[in-house]
Amino acid sequence: MGSSSSNMNHIPNAQELMQETGFSAAHLLRLYERFEFLDRDGKGELSPDDFEAVRELALNPIGGRIIEAFFPQGQETVDFASFVRVLAHFRPNDPNRKDGAQQDQANSRTRKLKFAFQLYDQDRDGKISRNELLQVLRAMLGIQVTEEQLQSIAERAIQEADLDRDGAISFDEFKKSLEKVNIDHKMSVRFLK
Amino acid sequence: MLPLGVMLLLLTAAAADDLSGTGAPPLRGPGLGFSSPVPASPSAPPLLLLPRPQEEYGAPGVALARSAAEEQSGPGEEGGEGEHHHHGGGGYKIVQWEWSYVQTPYIIAIWLLLASLAKILFHFSQRFTTVVPESCMLILLGLVLGGVVLIANKKQLYQLEPALFFLFLLPTIVGDAGYFMPARLFFDNLGAILTYAVVGTLWNAFCTGFCLYAAKLLGVIDERVQADLMDFLLFGALISAVDPVAVLAVFEEVHVNDTLFIIVFGESLVNDAVTVVLYKVYISFVEVGAENVQTADYFKGIASFLIVSIGGTLVGLVFAVILGVITRFTKKVRIIEPLFVFLLVYLAYLTAELFSLSAILSMTFCGIGANKYVEANISQKSRTTVKYTMKTLASIAETIIFIFLGISAVDKSKWAWDTGLVSCTLVFILLFRAMGVIGQTWVLNRFRLVPLDKIDQVVMSYGGLRGAVAFALVVLLDGEQVKAKDYFVATTIVVVFFTVMFQGLTIKPLVKWLKVPRSTSRKPTINEEIHERAFDHILTAVEDIAGLQGYHHWRDKWEQFDKNYLSKLLLRKSVYRKSELWEAYQKINIRDAISVIDQGGNVLTSARLSLPSMASRASFPEVTNVTNYLRENGSGVCLDLQVIDNVPGAKVEEDTETHHVLAENLYKPRRRYQSHYSRHFMPLGEKERQDREVFQRNMKSRMETFKSSRHKRHKKERSLKKRRGSDVKEDGSDKPRRNVSWHDKNPVVVPVESEEEKGDHSDPEKEDDVGITFIARKPETPKQRPQSVPAALDSPQSPTASLASPPSGESHLPWKGSVGSPPPCVSVEATKIIPVDLQQAWNQSISSLESISSPPAPPEPVHPRVSALARLGGPRPVSYTPPGSAVGSTSSITAQLSQGSFRFPERKKREEEEEEEDDDGSAPEMRPLMSSLRPPGPLPPPPPPPGPALGSGRRRNPCVYLRSLVTAPPPGSGEPHSRGPTQL
Repeated sequence: MGSSSSNMNHIPNAQELMQETGFSAAHLLRLYERFEFLDRDGKGELSPDDFEAVRELALNPIGGRIIEAFFPQGQETVDFASFVRVLAHFRPNDPNRKDGAQQDQANSRTRKLKFAFQLYDQDRDGKISRNELLQVLRAMLGIQVTEEQLQSIAERAIQEADLDRDGAISFDEFKKSLEKVNIDHKMSVRFLK
Repeated sequence: MLPLGVMLLLLTAAAADDLSGTGAPPLRGPGLGFSSPVPASPSAPPLLLLPRPQEEYGAPGVALARSAAEEQSGPGEEGGEGEHHHHGGGGYKIVQWEWSYVQTPYIIAIWLLLASLAKILFHFSQRFTTVVPESCMLILLGLVLGGVVLIANKKQLYQLEPALFFLFLLPTIVGDAGYFMPARLFFDNLGAILTYAVVGTLWNAFCTGFCLYAAKLLGVIDERVQADLMDFLLFGALISAVDPVAVLAVFEEVHVNDTLFIIVFGESLVNDAVTVVLYKVYISFVEVGAENVQTADYFKGIASFLIVSIGGTLVGLVFAVILGVITRFTKKVRIIEPLFVFLLVYLAYLTAELFSLSAILSMTFCGIGANKYVEANISQKSRTTVKYTMKTLASIAETIIFIFLGISAVDKSKWAWDTGLVSCTLVFILLFRAMGVIGQTWVLNRFRLVPLDKIDQVVMSYGGLRGAVAFALVVLLDGEQVKAKDYFVATTIVVVFFTVMFQGLTIKPLVKWLKVPRSTSRKPTINEEIHERAFDHILTAVEDIAGLQGYHHWRDKWEQFDKNYLSKLLLRKSVYRKSELWEAYQKINIRDAISVIDQGGNVLTSARLSLPSMASRASFPEVTNVTNYLRENGSGVCLDLQVIDNVPGAKVEEDTETHHVLAENLYKPRRRYQSHYSRHFMPLGEKERQDREVFQRNMKSRMETFKSSRHKRHKKERSLKKRRGSDVKEDGSDKPRRNVSWHDKNPVVVPVESEEEKGDHSDPEKEDDVGITFIARKPETPKQRPQSVPAALDSPQSPTASLASPPSGESHLPWKGSVGSPPPCVSVEATKIIPVDLQQAWNQSISSLESISSPPAPPEPVHPRVSALARLGGPRPVSYTPPGSAVGSTSSITAQLSQGSFRFPERKKREEEEEEEDDDGSAPEMRPLMSSLRPPGPLPPPPPPPGPALGSGRRRNPCVYLRSLVTAPPPGSGEPHSRGPTQL
């Protein structure tokens, strides 16, 4: 425990982070190790290049978008706290943890969905336009489908979800279209201790 | 008491005798004699349904040798008066009694019939079957039947014969389960499944065995039960495994949530390896005697477990690969595709048995592994066949198993009762099951993303049903070696009955009372499909970023491997390029189509109830001749695990009739039916519906006046077209008045080009589907063609005209009514569009068939391909938003088309040509709009938007049309609605 507590000391604001994100100390330590591993030049910040160095991520069709999600608008780098905050979205929702703050916790259903929504919503106008949906679809489907097939899938998806008929999917509509999906299942990663 | 003799089902005598040494009942009969007051008669006469003493009869020469030999005691059958024939007299007998000749298949057939009838009987009362599981009823029926036989015959003739069970009944159920196993769900929970199956079963087996032995030492179990530790461990091994048959039978009716189901069911399948090994190990231990067992033997047991389980899995996977490769090359022999599936899956089972590996594991993994590739390779009809055959066989096998369990229990000669043993066993299996589940869940929950809560654990403990596998295993025991076999048999029967009947009966109320989350048979929407895929990618990325080599990481690796190597090896080229998401999309579309059409079916007269669904299935697959895509779609309909709806055969006459029926019946607003299928409809408020209805009626009356005053010309055109059939050139020459004139100059371009394009573009897919059409070939028949071709061609072209032309002239055409009557043009009401869709699908099929036979194909059918090609080349404004969301996709595609068409003159011409026809054939909702614009004389270049939608519309017509069907907007928002009236 001695070494880990000394490590914990390296993590800035570890207590607050744990409080905020719900990660345990072990989680945080592990993530910090990972962070340091990714942070090749040791600045304590990650640049998009650092992310792109992860080989598997390059194979991920929407990896670029996910990397972007780590960088708030205008920022070039991400520090450990932000890094952990983003990852906290994917912490499984702990049913035993009833501290009332469930709503604004990063791993709440809404926040998870919001994260996914923003991957689609590139221009941050609060709506997934047909074009934006198409871009994601194109990335995910690759060359397997023709453009027109993509078009019709996107068309259909928008028609299905678009309740107010503005030709785009708002966050509420997005949420609504996924209301039957167990988001806690589908948007959670088991973080190793 | 009765003379014993293990009377086996004749079926077994015929089939199992030579297949399995264990299956020869007459040999085993004497072995049981010690428990029977009366010396067992060594003869095991074949058994008949209601045997009664009969005099021996000479078997005709044709009789099977074996059955003749076994016929000595000559039981006859009810109504066997004909048996008195004797052949000794010579001379020619006019009527001969050939019982021994047909005996075996006859009795098999009778049993199957009986089992099926039993099912019908149980489902007479809806309320009854919702309370009492079918398996309970079947066991009760078996008890009654067994009792009848016992009373009538004074001895039991039938029993669940292990060889029959393991070689025939079990594989059908396991094969079905494995093949239709939801693979993703299975692998998502693989950790839990393996834990429960291996650790849980071992725990149960050992604890039950040791505790029973302890109970024996304590004197709770009677002295008569001559069993030592090894016997009890053996018994514990066979009684501890959760049974797949029972679990399936009970849980299918309970509908617990998917995770819970897959864990219990997966466990019941996977624990087979443990059971097999434990059983065999203990049998060998019992044979050599406990004192002779050496330490090495335990390690041998462990090694054996690894070999049995891993080997079984590997055998299954090898057969899965073979099956995948074979189905790659069945293009020309579609008709035997299902056979390959059955044979190879069954061979996987038998091969594993051959090497005494875990046959259930082998079959399960063969099914899971092959499913994806096979389903993609084989034709739609083969898929349906596979599904129905598997389900039918599994259902019948299950029925027979439960009936025989009931019958077997009646025969008191084979079991011996000991209250201590029975009650101890019952208590122990329940207790240890619960303890095991709780303990393992506690461990598992530390690793599981979604922990299993207490309710889940209760259901899992309670759902640990024992069944026929245990019974068959205990019957297989050698009475010489295991002295207490009869006690074990009795105990097993009680345990099986208790778990299947009592627990099966009470699990439903329990699940309800505990409010266990139920499964929904809901199908994912396209949004869910898309987003869930995105979630997978996101999670993989997050795992990569966070440096976790987690589940998603490995699943992603597997998918890469699958995509790069396996799919290339196992999938046809034509299928390989397909995207799953695209397939999902099409499935959804077809599902909608069918629900829409079935909805039409609701309003039909009862005599014609089956027609709409038939039409939907008969006509949609035809579209695949070009794009091949519906092979997947159908599966969306047919591969639903829960719902088996029947697919009637398609007959052309009926198809024609369907068109009549649809045309006649679909045009009246029938809201209440629509609400039945609300799942795929955008929710419409009551008020909006009302509005729409009113709107339609108004439109109808307006149309009446409208068409009488205008559009005379269209009527003429139309009749021209009709006479000429499908010649587009003539169409073209008819139309220049309202179209650009260059159109006339080189009309030949179209057929020629399309011909070659068709050659390279659509050929492979067309071939692909040739085999499918064993029903659908009918449209080819010369008798039908003259009627259907013009009509089909006519209808897509005619909508514009139809506005003008009174239906009177065309009413003799099957679907004339639909096109001729105005309201459908206006309405987006789902049902109304279907006829057009059907016609197009129809049209498509005919065109493709014709294009095979006659090179200069009629231009009309060619268009989809041409336009598709043209569209591929054209620029696609991705951001294009349709003017009216109601016609959304149609018009947006249209817009692309028109843009593409400005690129190259030739293509433009072609498209223009299409356009003009498409104006007619495009989405019906647009018709009023178009027609209202057009009549005022020759138009400048046809307005791009609604035009060439036909190309896409036809090629993907289900998609386009259905989209408009399904998401039929309220009148206010859709362009046709809002604008139509004002223009008219």
